Amino acid sequence: MSSAKLVRRRVGDVAFKVFCVAVTALALVALAAILWSLLSQGLKGLNLDLFIKSTPAPGSPGGLANAIVGSIMMCVLAMVLALVIGVLAGTWLAEYGGRSAYGSVVRFLNDVLLSAPSILVGLFVYEMLVAPFHGFSGFAGSVALALLAVPVITRTTEDVLLLQASTLREAGVALGAPLSYVISQVLWRSARSGLLTGALLAFARISGETAPLLFTALNNQFFSLDLRGETANLPVVIFNFALSVDDGWRRLAWTGALLIAATVLTVTVVARIVAQEQRRS
Amino acid sequence: MFEGLCFAAATALLAALGGLIASLVIGGWPALRKFGFGFLTNATWNPVTDVYGAAGPIVGTLITAALALLLALPIAGGVAFFLTELCPAVLRRPIGTAVELLAGIPSIVYGMWGLFVFAPIFAKYVQLPLMTAAKPGSLLDTLTTGIPNGSGILPASIILAIMILPFMAATLRELLASVPPGVRESAYGLGATTAEVVMSVTLPYVRTGAIGAVMLGLGRALGETMAVTFIIGNSHAFPKSLFDSGSTIASTIANEFTEATSPVHTAALIALGLVLFLITFTVLGLARLMLRLQEARS
Repeated sequence: MSSAKLVRRRVGDVAFKVFCVAVTALALVALAAILWSLLSQGLKGLNLDLFIKSTPAPGSPGGLANAIVGSIMMCVLAMVLALVIGVLAGTWLAEYGGRSAYGSVVRFLNDVLLSAPSILVGLFVYEMLVAPFHGFSGFAGSVALALLAVPVITRTTEDVLLLQASTLREAGVALGAPLSYVISQVLWRSARSGLLTGALLAFARISGETAPLLFTALNNQFFSLDLRGETANLPVVIFNFALSVDDGWRRLAWTGALLIAATVLTVTVVARIVAQEQRRS
Repeated sequence: MFEGLCFAAATALLAALGGLIASLVIGGWPALRKFGFGFLTNATWNPVTDVYGAAGPIVGTLITAALALLLALPIAGGVAFFLTELCPAVLRRPIGTAVELLAGIPSIVYGMWGLFVFAPIFAKYVQLPLMTAAKPGSLLDTLTTGIPNGSGILPASIILAIMILPFMAATLRELLASVPPGVRESAYGLGATTAEVVMSVTLPYVRTGAIGAVMLGLGRALGETMAVTFIIGNSHAFPKSLFDSGSTIASTIANEFTEATSPVHTAALIALGLVLFLITFTVLGLARLMLRLQEARS
């Protein structure tokens, strides 16, 4: 081989490696820059008032208590709905009909829904639950969030159930237990940490979602525990406050963004740890 | 009984998707009937006269998503290659996790960061120098006309690129890791350099899946709402340059839906949603199909 060609290959290789390292560094810098902005802007507003006072009028002090409580209520209700449907649907795919033609259609559409634009889910729920009842409500917001969480849970449930040894099923059925009993008492239990990972990932996905809440839960200036009415929530409050001209509102928006990001990132990291624990066992 | 329950849950998923399509068609019908095909080609969006043409938001959606893809693709590839071929084993997990955290940051946080942190820097160090450097009448001048306030088509595309980057990198990385070690090792054994192994052996090996991963990123960029709403400038006119303000389908819906002035306005926004649905579901469907094919192959 001519040495000129060898040099060219070497140079190309070095350039490739430098490029890969540089873009990875760039991605890490972007993450660091975003986290830095969140901390430097958000920590300023982090105090007790944030958690005990409701969103203020422009120019006066206040907190985010109503939005935090509203967000927690909607997310919890959404997770309950999504877990019931998602775990059952995932179980059906893994244990019953997954190999049928209908099963592959369900799996395919679930995968598509997994990355569908969340704003369309908001429009759908608006048409179904807001327009007919002439009012925005926290329930509608929960349903919209649940619709976003279900595909995640369905997917992970199917995946972890398929990882369970088939001898587990056979042993249970051979002892005379009906398949439904084996699934709910044996398989779900042995797949427990995998199911938990799925639930955590789904929670991380919905807790920062803004678009589907804009026209379902709307917002509420006051503290309220009633999901039948308009419900305050962190993402929409952040959206409204960030785009305002009031300094106090903007500060609250940054602190709210810090709260949401910290929650989502913590949950994501915990989900990864749980997943690793499972792999080890 | 239990099986029936599981089956019902799986069917509920299909029903939700069916309901989604039905509600978009029914809700958007009044606007589609009134404006016909012109809804897609007309660029006038005027709530005052109640005339709605979606060409501006549609073009804005396609341009921002395409630009984001163009920017994110080489970076996502570089990150995936780095993590599979170059990264020391100790750093692999922390860097992989960090990139995944980038995917976990909520859209609205990207929006705030884009508007308050990124936009001023972009205006000062990219927009102004480029605009002063551009000779009047040159291509650069045409591309960079606009107000140098840091918002517009290109800044929105850059933020979108940061957002879809981790998804594409993670999928690519998984694909590359699925290449049998023997294939990679024999290429190295023949004396190939790292660049040659990646570009001529492992990447072609997962070609179908890689296209799927790219389209998955595109699908996300098309439907992304909050971050774009913050930084695209929200004008319904046809974007004329990279720095011009524009709008996407999703940002238009987010901005106007609760403040829609007439039933036709609401219907037009829902019809926009239908257009977005058709575009994204085609892209995402193809993406999943490609990934499925790849899975079946390896």
